[in-house]
Amino acid sequence: MAELSQPRDTGRLIGRVIVYGLLVLVCVYYLMPLFVMVTTSLKSLDEIRAGNLLSLPQDPNLDAWGKAWSSACTGIQCEGLAGFFWNSVSFVVPAVLISTLIGAVNGYVLTMWRFRGSDLLFGMLMIGCFIPFQVVLLPMARTLGAMGIANSTTGLVFVHVVYGLAFTTLFFRNYYVTIPDELVKAAKIDGAGFWLIFRRIILPLSAPIIVVSIIWQFTQVWNDFLFGVVFSSGDRQPITVALNNLVNTSTGVKEYNVDMAAAIIAALPTLFVYVVAGKYFVRGLTAGAVKG
Amino acid sequence: MGALSIRDVRKSYQGTEILKGINLEIEKGELLILVGPSGCGKSTLLSMIAGLDTVSSGEIRIGDRVVNNLSPKDRDIAMVFQSYALYPSMTVRENISFGLEIRKVGKAEQQKIVERVAHTLQIGHLLDRKPSQLSGGQRQRVAMGRAIARDPSLFLFDEPLSNLDAKLRVEMRVEIKQLHQRMGTTIVYVTHDQIEAMTLGDKIAVMKAGEVQQFGTPRQIYDNPANLFVAGFMGSPSMNFIPARVESVGGGYGVRLESGANSYVFPAVSANGKLKSWEGKEVVFGIRPEQITHRVESSLGAEHIQTASLPISLTEPTGPDTLVLVPVNGREVTCRVHPAHARAPGENMELMFDLSKAVFFDPASELRIA
Ligand SMILES: Nc1ncnc2c1ncn2[C@@H]1O[C@H](COP(=O)(O)OP(=O)(O)OP(=O)(O)O)[C@@H](O)[C@H]1O
Ligand SMILES: [Mg+2]
Repeated sequence: MAELSQPRDTGRLIGRVIVYGLLVLVCVYYLMPLFVMVTTSLKSLDEIRAGNLLSLPQDPNLDAWGKAWSSACTGIQCEGLAGFFWNSVSFVVPAVLISTLIGAVNGYVLTMWRFRGSDLLFGMLMIGCFIPFQVVLLPMARTLGAMGIANSTTGLVFVHVVYGLAFTTLFFRNYYVTIPDELVKAAKIDGAGFWLIFRRIILPLSAPIIVVSIIWQFTQVWNDFLFGVVFSSGDRQPITVALNNLVNTSTGVKEYNVDMAAAIIAALPTLFVYVVAGKYFVRGLTAGAVKG
Repeated sequence: MGALSIRDVRKSYQGTEILKGINLEIEKGELLILVGPSGCGKSTLLSMIAGLDTVSSGEIRIGDRVVNNLSPKDRDIAMVFQSYALYPSMTVRENISFGLEIRKVGKAEQQKIVERVAHTLQIGHLLDRKPSQLSGGQRQRVAMGRAIARDPSLFLFDEPLSNLDAKLRVEMRVEIKQLHQRMGTTIVYVTHDQIEAMTLGDKIAVMKAGEVQQFGTPRQIYDNPANLFVAGFMGSPSMNFIPARVESVGGGYGVRLESGANSYVFPAVSANGKLKSWEGKEVVFGIRPEQITHRVESSLGAEHIQTASLPISLTEPTGPDTLVLVPVNGREVTCRVHPAHARAPGENMELMFDLSKAVFFDPASELRIA
């Protein structure tokens, strides 16, 4: 017995070493850019020019961060990213919440209140997941113009809600099909109506998928560049567009530390969301609803 | 006017007819069993009574109201589901009071009702738990509690016990029966378990492929099955069906039974006249296992008692009885004998047939002849 298990154990050990080795390698590979960005943002320009890309900063300071936040030039004006950051927040938050909420209602209707053609509708909605941004640009521009919300925060919210709906509906629909529909039947017999069932029975079960939807939508909408550049202008632009302008501003010397700090600032909210809710994200993607 | 009456109810999904004209009627306080094999439309019928689904045609009345166009909440019903369908995010207390709250029952009144229901079902200690913290049997009780709390005029049960283990199922069955007797409620109860059907039902509707095969009291269904399907479905072990030729015997008619070298003609006591036109033709002779027992001297002599000595091919002791299988007309026939009298396989055994409850079917139409 002992002789038999010996080679198997060493075999397993070697396997482990290879797996962990690979994982570490992949980790390093993915973390390297972040490391370079963070260290560079903490260095002075002189140090960057003189030193090695991978060396640690000799005299770490936040000067570059301050500049990126409040005084770097993004085109003609030089007021940093602060204003654009809040621009982004002001349309991302409503866009994420509205698209999640509508997605939840859609999913609820498509699973619990099926009607003739509801599967077809769902199928068509899913095509929405595969439509590239570029395709909708022109029609969307016309639509926003016709609605009188072109170049406004409302317009941008509208665009992102419409584009995100296909995804959020998919999430919620696929989550809700795992909830036994006897639950809704029981509630109907108890006398509850459409919204009451949604609010009291379905929503309380939806926490995992709400987290998934919020993370997904937040990342998508916050990181969006194309819609931002097309459907907003001037000081209404989102941070992604401002970041691009900042990095590409051609006057003066190239300030890598400021660029890096700006890039991290722009990425920080999505990072934050992942760190805070990441484990729910994975859990939500894999979990079905609780039975019971 | 019955508590529930169903008249010529039909239901089709995309052109296929699932229910083909159902007619049923029960009185207040009766427990109606819908029983039948899987897919015969029991749940469909129940959801139409509940109003969760619409009928294609026909009429459903609860009390003196036609409810066809009423929504579930206006039908004055409560339902217990197979999966219990407890609201997972609510405590047991909230589960029970949810329906009351929606119907705007006052807080104090709700409290009183919950206490009463909890007392009736002995779930008082569970009131503050979530459904996920309950065992199967406890969930079952809570689901019943939720139904009882609203005090509806009609209860609907869709296979409420089928998710429980065998022992618990028997316990809950007794409890449901007691509850029904105590509260005198009208209940429609779906099951595919024929023992549940026999023990609980005041009336039984045996269904198959969207049709009611027979509607009657448990006794009627058991002793006087309308056709081969009902006869075979109710009873366990199920009725023996023996293909046999009708012959005239002693002025009447009977069926010829053969086993090995032995041959008998058993008179069809009660059904003599009806077999006349079948003379020389083959019928299905139906006799329940408990009507074939060991020979009891004191019973002999009557016309409906016949004996035969038959070779045993297999025995199955069940405890209270031993099931003995003997070949007759090429079929294995099950007999239920007292364990003390059962002989071993390979031996011959003297068996006594009680023909007073024997039934005869047309092998082609499967309908009862006599
Ligand atoms: N929404 C539906 N669309 C199409 N067919 C349906 C639908 N609901 C039920 N059916 C069909 O109707 C038939 C009866 O179903 P039902 O659920 O009433 O059976 P059941 O007697 O309750 O069976 P079980 O004992 O398995 O619960 C089945 O053949 C089923 O496939
Ligand atoms: Mg069913």
